[in-house]
Amino acid sequence: MEFGLSSEQRMLQDAVARYLAEQSPLRHVRDIATAAKPYSPDVAAGLADLGVPGVVIPAEFGGMGLGLLEAALIAEALGHGVAPVHFAAAHVMAPLAIMLGGSDAQRLAWLPKLASGEATAAVAISQSVERRDGAGVAARDGRLDGTALFVLDAADADLFVVADTTGALHLVVADAAGLTQIPLTTIDKTRSVGELRLTGVKADPLPGGGIETTRRIIDAGRIMLAADILGAGTAMIEQAVAYAGTRVQFGRPIGSFQAVKHMCAEMAAALEPCRSLVWYAAHAFDHAPDEASLMACHAKSHLSEVGRFVARTSTEVHGGMGFTDLAGLHFWFKRIGLDRQLLGGPELVRNEAARLQGWIAA
Amino acid sequence: MDLTYSPEHQAFRREVLDFLNAHRHAAPKGGGAAQRPSAEAVAWQKLLIAHGYAARTIPKEYGGYGAAPDILKSRIIGEEFARASVPPGLQSQGISMLVPTLLELGTEEQKRQWIGPTIRGEVIWCQGYSEPGSGSDLASLQTRATEDGDDFVINGQKIWTSTAREADMIFCLVRTEPDKAKHDGISYLIFSMKTPGIEVRPLVTMTGHAEFNETFFTDVRVPKSQIVGKRGQGWFVANATLKHERGMLGDPGQLESRFLALAELMRNETAGDSRIMDNPILRDRLLRLQAELAAMKFNGLRVLSASANGGDAGLARLIVKLQACELAHQISALAIDALGELGVLYDGSPHLRAHGAWQQAYMFQLGLIIGGGTAQIQKNIIAERGLGMPREPKLAQEGSRV
Repeated sequence: MEFGLSSEQRMLQDAVARYLAEQSPLRHVRDIATAAKPYSPDVAAGLADLGVPGVVIPAEFGGMGLGLLEAALIAEALGHGVAPVHFAAAHVMAPLAIMLGGSDAQRLAWLPKLASGEATAAVAISQSVERRDGAGVAARDGRLDGTALFVLDAADADLFVVADTTGALHLVVADAAGLTQIPLTTIDKTRSVGELRLTGVKADPLPGGGIETTRRIIDAGRIMLAADILGAGTAMIEQAVAYAGTRVQFGRPIGSFQAVKHMCAEMAAALEPCRSLVWYAAHAFDHAPDEASLMACHAKSHLSEVGRFVARTSTEVHGGMGFTDLAGLHFWFKRIGLDRQLLGGPELVRNEAARLQGWIAA
Repeated sequence: MDLTYSPEHQAFRREVLDFLNAHRHAAPKGGGAAQRPSAEAVAWQKLLIAHGYAARTIPKEYGGYGAAPDILKSRIIGEEFARASVPPGLQSQGISMLVPTLLELGTEEQKRQWIGPTIRGEVIWCQGYSEPGSGSDLASLQTRATEDGDDFVINGQKIWTSTAREADMIFCLVRTEPDKAKHDGISYLIFSMKTPGIEVRPLVTMTGHAEFNETFFTDVRVPKSQIVGKRGQGWFVANATLKHERGMLGDPGQLESRFLALAELMRNETAGDSRIMDNPILRDRLLRLQAELAAMKFNGLRVLSASANGGDAGLARLIVKLQACELAHQISALAIDALGELGVLYDGSPHLRAHGAWQQAYMFQLGLIIGGGTAQIQKNIIAERGLGMPREPKLAQEGSRV
C-alpha cells in the first residue's frame, strides 16, 4: 500500500521542472507571449530531448510507454512553469486517440513521429463537449464539413484529431485541401487554441474511434488540465508566501499579519488535497476504468474551483503589485482561467458527473 | 501508486472478517459514545482486546493486546468493522489521550493502576484543560493548585469537560507555580471526580443538548503523588498527549457515509412533483461537495500511507482538521437546504426527517470547527508550520509572567 509517487515518478517531474527553470524563465515566457504564436519551439525541442512528447506512447513506437499519472506529473510541472508549449492535446489526447482508435497503419504512420516530436497533433473535440457559436463537424463519404472551435495545441500542428457530430474521430492532415486554420486569441498567451473551418476536407477515420474513445480522451484531457491547474496554483501559492515574507508594511512583513497569513493558509488548505485527487484520477484512468470518468470530472471541476480561488487570492496577497504586468503573476492567473473553461467548465462537468452516477437521466 | 495490500495485510483482513462473522452476534446494539458503556459493551470491549481489535498496541502487562504498531492493520480493523456495521472498540478521552500519556510519562504504579481499567471501559475519564479565560491560549490557564502538606488544594473552573457527569476520574491541568513563566508553571494531575469540592454543571449548547459541562473546583484536595510527570512540566505532559490525538486525522469514512445519506435524501425527497435531485442548483452543490470529498479521501490515504512508511505528509496532514470539519458542516448545510422548510423541523416534530439529525449535525459541527483548535488557530498552524510564514510578533508586555 503506497498512495504516493515512486522515486522514478519524482525524478521525471523534477527533470521537467528543472529544465523549465533553466530554459524557460519568466523572461522567455514574456517573449513568447508577445510573439506571433503562443508557442516556444525551443522549449518544445528541449522537452522532446527529455522524452516528453512520447510520455504515453508505447516503447515499440519510440515513446516512454508510461501511464497517465506520469503524464499528469509533467502537466503539473508545465503549469507550474507556465510553459509556452503544447501538452494536453498534442502529447496525451492525440496519441491516446490513435493508440486506442487507430488502425495499425495509422499507428505506424503517426505514433513514432509524435513520440520523437518530429510531428505534432492538435485535437478538435470541443464540439463534443459543448457546441458554441454553431460549431460542429459533419462526416459524409470520408469528407468533413463544418467548424471546430477551441482546437487545442493548434499552432504548427501537422495533424488534427477531429470529432464529428456523432463523436467519432477522424485524422486530418494540416495541408488537406479545404481546411482553413484560424488562430484564436485567449487571455493565456502561453497556450495555442485555434479554429478549424472544414469544407469537403478529406479525412481518415479512426476505425476504433467511436464515442467511447472520444470519452476516454476527454477524460484524459480533463485530468491533464486539472494537473496543469495544480501546478499553476502551487506556483501561485509559493509566490504569495515568498512575497508576504519580504514585503514590509507597518514595520513588519505582511505575512506576519493574520489577515494575510490566513489567505495563504486557505489557499494551501484548499489546494493540497487536490494533489491527491489528481494523482488518483490519473491512476484510475489506467487502473480503475469503472471510476475513471467520474474521477476525471471530479478532478477537472474541483481543480477549476480551487484554481480560481487560488489565482484570485494569490493576486490579492501581492496587493497592487499582483495586478501589474511587472510581477508576471497574471501568466498563472490566465493559465488557470483558460484551463477552467476548456473541455467543459465546472458546472457542465458536474452535471456530467451526476449523469454518470445515474442521479439524473442520461 | 500501489493501492493493494501486502499478503500479510490481506491475511490480516481475512482474520478480522472471520472474527466478525464468528462474534458479531455478541456486539452491543447502538453506540452512545459519551456515556458509561453498558455491561454488554464492556464485555464486547474485553473480547476485542483479547483478539487485538481494541487496545491493540497497549502492552500486555497493562492489559492490552501488545501488538507492534501497524497503522494499516488499524485501518483494516476500522474499515471492516464499519463495513459490517459492528461497533468498534471504545473511544474515549481516557483511551485516546490519558493512556498514551501514562505509557509515555506515568510511573509504573500509575500505569498498572489505570491503564487496564481505562481500556476496558471500567473507568471513565474527563479532560480538564480549557477554562473560560483560556481557550486558544490554553497555557494561560488559572486554575490554582496550592501546596498544603502532602496535598494540592485546587480552586478554579474548567469548561468543555465532556463526560464530566459520567466520569470517575479527571486528568487536569492546574497552575502549581504561579511565579513561573506561563508554560512552566503548570502540572498535570489525575484525581477522582468524587473528590469533595467538585461541582459539575451541564453546559447546554445551541443544539439544545448538554454535550459538555462546566466543572468547578472549591478546595479540592488531591495527594501530591497523583501528578503525572514532573511538577511544573504539565504543559509538556499535555502536549505529549496531544501528539497522540488521532481525532486530528479526521475520518473520511464518516464523511463519506454522511455524503451518501445526503445523496439518498436528494434522490428520495420531492418538492412539488420533482425530485430534489432534479433541481440543478442543489444538484450542482451536491456534486461540488462530492468532488471535495474525493479530494479529502485521497488526501487521507496519502497521509496514512506516509505515516505507515515512517514519514510525515506535512501540509497534507496539517490541513485535515480545518478542511474536514468545514466539509462535514457543508454536507449538513446542503441537506437542510435540500429539505427546505422541512429542514428546520426539530425535537420530534411531525414531518421530521432523520430524527432531526441534519440540524443537530449542522449545529454540532460548527462546534467542531471551533473546538480542538479553532479554524483560525488551524490557519496559523498551516501558515507557520506548513508554509513557513512569519509568526505574529509577541506583544511586549505579554510573556514571561502570567
